[in-house]
Amino acid sequence: MIHSPYIRKPASVSSVMLTVLLALIPGIAMYVWQVGAGILVNLLIATIVAVAAEALVLKLRGRPVLLGIGDLSAVVTAWLIVLCFPPIVPWWITVIAVLVAIIAVKHLYGGLGQNPFNPAMVAYCAMIVAYPSLMSQWPPAGGLDFQTQLGLILGGMRDIDAVTAATALDAMRTGLRTGAGTIDAVMTQPTFGTLGGRGYEWIALGYLVGGLILLFRRTITWHMPVAFIVGLASTACLFWLFNPAQFASPLFHLASGGAMLAAFFIVTDPVSGATTPRGKLIFAAGIGILAYLIRAFGAFPEGIAFAVLLMNMCVPLIDMKTQPPVFGQRSRKLP
Amino acid sequence: MSARLFSFHGGVKPEHHKNESAGSPIRPAPLPTRLIVPLRHNTRAVAVCRVEPGQTVLKGERIGDAEGVLGTAVHAPASGTVVEIREHPMAHPSGLATTCVVIEPDGEERWVPHQPYDHLASDRQSTLNYLRDSGIVGMGGAAFPSHVKLGAGSGIETLVLNGAECEPWITCDDRLMRERAVTIIDGAIILFELIGARRILVGIEDNKPEAIAAMRAAAADCKAPIEVVAVPTRYPAGGEKQLIRVLTGIEIPHGKLGGEYGVQCFNVGTAHAVHRAIRHGEPLLSRVVTLTGNAAQPGNYEVLIGTPIADLLPLMQPKPGTDRYLLGGPMMGFALPDLSVPIVKGSNCIIAASQALFPEPEPELACIRCGECARACPADLQPFELYWYSRSRNFGKAQEYHLFDCIECGCCAFVCPSHIPLVDYYRFAKTEIWARERENTAASQARDRFEFRNYRIEREKAEKAARLAAKAAETKAKLAKTGEPVAIEKGGDDKPAVSSDDPKKALIAAALARAKQQKAEVEARNTTDLPPETAAEIAEIDARRKSLDLSSKATSTASSTPNQASPPSVESKLPQANDAADSTGTAVHVNEERK
Amino acid sequence: MMTALLIMAGIAVVLGAALGYASIRFKVEGDPLVEKIDAILPQTQCGQCGYPGCKPYAQAIANGEADINQCPPGGEEGIRHLADLLGREFKPLSEEHGVEKPKSVALIDEQTCIGCTLCIQACPVDAIVGAAKQMHTVVEPLCTGCELCIAPCPVDCITMEPVQETVETWKWKYPVIKIKEEA
Repeated sequence: MIHSPYIRKPASVSSVMLTVLLALIPGIAMYVWQVGAGILVNLLIATIVAVAAEALVLKLRGRPVLLGIGDLSAVVTAWLIVLCFPPIVPWWITVIAVLVAIIAVKHLYGGLGQNPFNPAMVAYCAMIVAYPSLMSQWPPAGGLDFQTQLGLILGGMRDIDAVTAATALDAMRTGLRTGAGTIDAVMTQPTFGTLGGRGYEWIALGYLVGGLILLFRRTITWHMPVAFIVGLASTACLFWLFNPAQFASPLFHLASGGAMLAAFFIVTDPVSGATTPRGKLIFAAGIGILAYLIRAFGAFPEGIAFAVLLMNMCVPLIDMKTQPPVFGQRSRKLP
Repeated sequence: MSARLFSFHGGVKPEHHKNESAGSPIRPAPLPTRLIVPLRHNTRAVAVCRVEPGQTVLKGERIGDAEGVLGTAVHAPASGTVVEIREHPMAHPSGLATTCVVIEPDGEERWVPHQPYDHLASDRQSTLNYLRDSGIVGMGGAAFPSHVKLGAGSGIETLVLNGAECEPWITCDDRLMRERAVTIIDGAIILFELIGARRILVGIEDNKPEAIAAMRAAAADCKAPIEVVAVPTRYPAGGEKQLIRVLTGIEIPHGKLGGEYGVQCFNVGTAHAVHRAIRHGEPLLSRVVTLTGNAAQPGNYEVLIGTPIADLLPLMQPKPGTDRYLLGGPMMGFALPDLSVPIVKGSNCIIAASQALFPEPEPELACIRCGECARACPADLQPFELYWYSRSRNFGKAQEYHLFDCIECGCCAFVCPSHIPLVDYYRFAKTEIWARERENTAASQARDRFEFRNYRIEREKAEKAARLAAKAAETKAKLAKTGEPVAIEKGGDDKPAVSSDDPKKALIAAALARAKQQKAEVEARNTTDLPPETAAEIAEIDARRKSLDLSSKATSTASSTPNQASPPSVESKLPQANDAADSTGTAVHVNEERK
Repeated sequence: MMTALLIMAGIAVVLGAALGYASIRFKVEGDPLVEKIDAILPQTQCGQCGYPGCKPYAQAIANGEADINQCPPGGEEGIRHLADLLGREFKPLSEEHGVEKPKSVALIDEQTCIGCTLCIQACPVDAIVGAAKQMHTVVEPLCTGCELCIAPCPVDCITMEPVQETVETWKWKYPVIKIKEEA
């Protein structure tokens, strides 16, 4: 027996996920243009592995397989993993990362909607802890042709120093810590562009465009991206004003690393994030602040993934403490 | 003049589908062959039947009296004969039966004598009683008695008239406002005078321009401070609390009536019914019902209360493909479990449903906590949290997250991308919680009564022991008088409790003996002249009883309170010797004593 | 070495004193566990568990004399609650104590009743009214459906009638989770 409401809005999980995938296209296009088509190979590998892993686990759990794959959530996870990783990581790192995300982080906790942690971020953290050097080899923008990238991804050819460069964040850290000089001195290195990493700035712009599409389509609300950007930028701004020679500008922090990808695609993951309006602000701002602190003072150049996981842990508490007042609780009469 | 409008959180905008039936004027539905008038008009109250089968009734004659705080009277919608009084399925999702008076109309439409009621010349309470006895209830769907609403609260500033009609498909209020704006406004003025409000706000969704124009024209002709306000079309703007919020900015919390906040809200249909009752002396006998959906002739009909829905269906000529009928709108209505169900005062719309118009929901997926439902919820709840707790039967938590503030409007399920039937979970949890509360109340009552019974048994035992002791002492005393010195040494303990020369005790002893004898006789009489099988049966039962007796004695000793000095019985009756007679009527007096 | 021993002994003495004091100062009257168990039991007072009433059964559970699966009116849900409270494993209702039945109330056939008052004495919650040699009747809302009045009746005029669902007591069903198995 079906009960009311008898009418429903034509919305579905798969359409939400499809929108997210489409919104990632501008960023990926920028990636291909600026860095090379190697990323596409990893995307392909990740997608296949994710769908296969999802199907396998669903089968083992006795759940409807086609329905589970059809929601496209596994593909979104796979793409986010690849986009966080250096585009030339060997294929087996991608495979392990996707398996960790889909099997351990998502399905061991009960499948779609049940995971307390962001699967892509757990995969990233696991890989960067397990393979720190492989995970730090980023190709310079426009520096490698597709053949070389393919070789690196599939063949395991590792003539690291010859072909890769440190990322902007990495270079900044190393530069400042080794006492190579001030920000301005470091920024003259070829790795850097106008704001962030040369070429990578354009990719960040692509993510920004995709994020605006998501906002426009009402797939995400403004709360999380705004709070994350404000959290990251204001913390950066505080240190930068305090000592502009030793701390990079807020703009640099926003344009480099995964900040833009995180702001619109990672922080906004509804499953592992806070859900109340105020909770979303606290959650995303917390990630922004923690991400900056890890970038500036931690052991790893990029801190967003760790920040996301730390804030994921706080989600139940945040949600509990930020329950919005229900109808009639606010006040008797609003002006 | 134009009031500032407020907004409520959430809401959805489903396709409104009003055009199907909005164009057709209200027509009277033909008199059915049988009227099935339920004595119950909502889940809360049942009227007391005052007719018998075979009795002739006139149109408008009262057939059921109001009982209880929330009761209202029930009337014969047409003249005719009461055929029977029986259980019949009611307009409720459960399809459960309720007592109905079945009337066979004679088609003569002979009215019971009636005349207008002058509410200005009567005091408020008698007017409210008059409305109750005219069977006036809210026509918006919940059928809440209007006299109760009118009686609650004082110092009402605003009377809100609800003509929003936010549910898709339904147009009965729309048509009523277009065609009978003057009577609605008159009814509103009567209500306005009854509660002594300062202004009347009529809220109508802005997708009904004709109704707004008609109501404005009617309002312009009268002196009362009436304002007809077009409110933005957004479901559920017609929810009572949502409309009050939109028009006045006042938010009435769950469990409170508008009266406490200086607002009172009535449906336009209710105002119309009040007009008929006061100005014409006619009780509530009919209502406008929209017949629409997958039908060739959708329209609005004036339908007598008690008309079986099956009789109405031919009027709209359902098209092929109709697989069920919905009562109410598609957001909050329900599929009729039985088409013989009669129209009641709260039934506003019947929709012929087909797979094309109302397709099966897609399979339910896992909740991804996307928060769409929270954005759509007009009660500012977190529906996905409620879903989570209701689904896992964690009812305490569900209540912490304000489950009972949910108005079951269906917005959350409407927007859910995982196609979860969210409202079903809330309805399940709500009725489950109510059932548990009932069980808990019953259990604690049973516990109290059981404990008191044990206490009573102990007390009676103690009293009996005291009596026996007294009797023994008396006998000893008598013996002592006759010159037997031995007894004095023996019964030393009992002495202080008994004054030696109490004539009462002798009487008691005599009564005891008599009663014992009687008991023996009664038992003997019971078992004489019986066929051998029965005698054997009785013997068996006796044996069973004995074993029970033993165990119950074991019980009382086990749980005995050593409080021998328990207060003497308040009744202080003469001791009842017969064990059986002892517990006579205890079920009644026991509780009185406890108070 | 000596110092360490002294310190340890000292701590032991202090803590022991504190515990001793606490046990007197914060002594809980009665056994809250019995109350908690009793709150879960349905208060039918039917004795099917083998104890004369719900409270004695609760006492027996608390003392470890009785198992948690002896209460048919409480049913599976009651056992689950008890299992949760006591941290024990769930076990199905023990068959020797009876089976779970729909809630019923006793009904006295007023034509047959001879007014012997035996059922009145048997009723654990005083839910039957009547006088000697007068007809008896069951006060329905108070009846727990314990069936204790059936055995004593010499003319077998008491039957158990299942409680009918009304609109007030009707419950929505738990929504069926539809998972379409792949074709």
